[in-house]
Amino acid sequence: MTPARSLHQRLLEPADVGAMAPLAKLACYGLLGLWTIVVLFPLYWLLVTSVKLPIHVDAGPVYLPFVDFMPSGHAWRYIFVELGNDTLRPYLNSVIIALGSTALAVLFGSLAAYALVRIQYRVTVGSILAFILILAGVVAAAWRFGVPWPLATAIGLALFLLFLGSLNRHLKQALGNNDILFWMISNRIMPPVVAVLPIYIMFQQLKLLDTHLGLIITYMAVNLPIVVWLMRDFFAAIPVDLEESAQIDGASKLRILFTIVLPLARAGLVACTLLVLILAWNEYLLALFLSTADAQTLPILVAAQNATRGPQWWYMSVLIVIMIAPVILITVLLQRFIAQGILVGAVKG
Amino acid sequence: MRLSAWADRQAAAVMILPAVLILLAFSLFPLLASAYLALSRFSLAAGGYKIRFVGTRNFAKLLIGSEQFHFLGTFGRLSVLDYLILGLAVASCGYGLWRYLAGGRAGLLGLAGRLIAGLLALALLALALIVLNAPGFPGSLVVTLVYVVAGVALQFALGLGLALLCAQPLKGRNFFRIVFFIPLMVTPVGIAYAFRMLADMGKGPFAPIWQLFGLAQFSWASDPWSARLVVMIGDAWQWTPFLFLVLLAAIENQPRDQVEAARIDGASSFQIFRDITWPAIAPVAATVVLIRLIEAFKIIDLPNVLTNGGPGIATESLTLHAFIAWRTQDLGASAAVGYSLLFVATVTCVAFFNLVAQRTRRHEA
Repeated sequence: MTPARSLHQRLLEPADVGAMAPLAKLACYGLLGLWTIVVLFPLYWLLVTSVKLPIHVDAGPVYLPFVDFMPSGHAWRYIFVELGNDTLRPYLNSVIIALGSTALAVLFGSLAAYALVRIQYRVTVGSILAFILILAGVVAAAWRFGVPWPLATAIGLALFLLFLGSLNRHLKQALGNNDILFWMISNRIMPPVVAVLPIYIMFQQLKLLDTHLGLIITYMAVNLPIVVWLMRDFFAAIPVDLEESAQIDGASKLRILFTIVLPLARAGLVACTLLVLILAWNEYLLALFLSTADAQTLPILVAAQNATRGPQWWYMSVLIVIMIAPVILITVLLQRFIAQGILVGAVKG
Repeated sequence: MRLSAWADRQAAAVMILPAVLILLAFSLFPLLASAYLALSRFSLAAGGYKIRFVGTRNFAKLLIGSEQFHFLGTFGRLSVLDYLILGLAVASCGYGLWRYLAGGRAGLLGLAGRLIAGLLALALLALALIVLNAPGFPGSLVVTLVYVVAGVALQFALGLGLALLCAQPLKGRNFFRIVFFIPLMVTPVGIAYAFRMLADMGKGPFAPIWQLFGLAQFSWASDPWSARLVVMIGDAWQWTPFLFLVLLAAIENQPRDQVEAARIDGASSFQIFRDITWPAIAPVAATVVLIRLIEAFKIIDLPNVLTNGGPGIATESLTLHAFIAWRTQDLGASAAVGYSLLFVATVTCVAFFNLVAQRTRRHEA
């Protein structure tokens, strides 16, 4: 029989091993609840502000719709009806750019990740040197001496293939798959502001500034390392036997990837896609440099509100709510997948 | 059919080449071109632009020239305490180096890396002390460091605390887990505006509280430190979930039987944390801090939208500085700022990886 416990003991000591004392439990819930409020309150405030009239904002804070004030849809009407296309166009731009860049990043990233898991690469130092030298030559020729880009590139490519064989024989030291992977991931360390200036000039030459295609390509390139990093782990977890038997049956590598491996790595694919999709949706810096009007994305539209109209919070809140609603919806519904993607990337290191 | 057969034979190249070419075009090429831009002067000319090579003049402008106040900051006077701190830092760096050399496993690369990292750390510390002292005023470099160091420390502490709470045997943990995760995914520009509204002392939701303390007339946006604090709070709101999520997973993977055995033996919660939980999660903690460090150096959305870099340049991060230089058509200065950021971020991250992250792993083995 257990001895009778005093009130003091019952509050401060756990009932049995592995459980928690009631007071500790209360403190835990208190702190967790506090952070829940910290997390949700800014979102609540956005939602509430979006249905306020200007007077409700300017006269000092009111908190509860229907209790403190009568909500009004005037800001929503203004953003959707009066501004109409000015809202819809950036929204559509964001959708197109996020979806397009994600699809391409996942496609090319998965291809590379699968190749890095199943194929042994040897890149000789000689070929890298040759590539760098010829690239420098092409850039110099085109930039300094006015040789047209396509011509310079074609000549460079021809020279590269010509020299490749002989160089490989002389400089034999080679880099393997891990080096390639490290190089790809290390691109994430580079602050995008370093890369964006040359991309800006490059796009100016190629007439890609302020176009969907330009932003799609750029976002794809920025997110590609993440896809490679995550998908490599998901692919590596798939047993190789299945693929080997398919190979014996005569299936090609690409076919194996698309019909056997990708369906098996479905969960990882979903995680990776969602993560990249949200990153592309939220991106700000690159769009700031590379889009001005036609391809303007939502974050740029929202950020620009301040400059053009001053802080008209009710309109701004509507824009922010429609910008973050899809992201929050995806997050809450598919949290399991996204969290898994982040965990695989972070825990492995 | 023939095309697919050819594609299959070339599968090795076909699969990896797109990714390699994309990264070459959008990462390596811009990196090199940017280095050239940083060393040249960009000017608009008839029918286009002119790029003229000027050597290190852009960097000289940032370090000792007309943009010094913007990049490094305005210098103040050092107090005795600052000299003491500096002396202590020099001594501890020297001691670390001596131990490395005496350890008998020193290599040329390791020595060079440690020298670069140590000298950079000392230089940045000295700079921070000089510009944070009375008539001084920090430039974008020190402000970015404040965001990175103080911000990541704050987020780590919050994330770890929440993860420890969420790892307790409580009902409804899943609810907290989903809610706590949300901020990470919310568009930073949206967060910035939300916090601007929340922080408004006259019309924001906390206005009655400010009035109670007689602070309603105080404007956080015109005081450098309160403006920086608001930026850091917004950043912490967004990024704490990332550390929380990963640390929680690590805590849940810790050896359960050891924890239970320790508890039966009467160990206190703090002892269990110090001797079992912390060693178990240290490698993951180091990795997640490294990832966060990499991202923290790139901060721009929050300061740009929340405060526009102001008051003055008080909240300007390096990326924002580069953007502002670009907007005024000074591409050379913009690239030079970007390259400085690249240098500081890379040295910091590589040093952290080699000196901290690797060490936690060694204990594990």
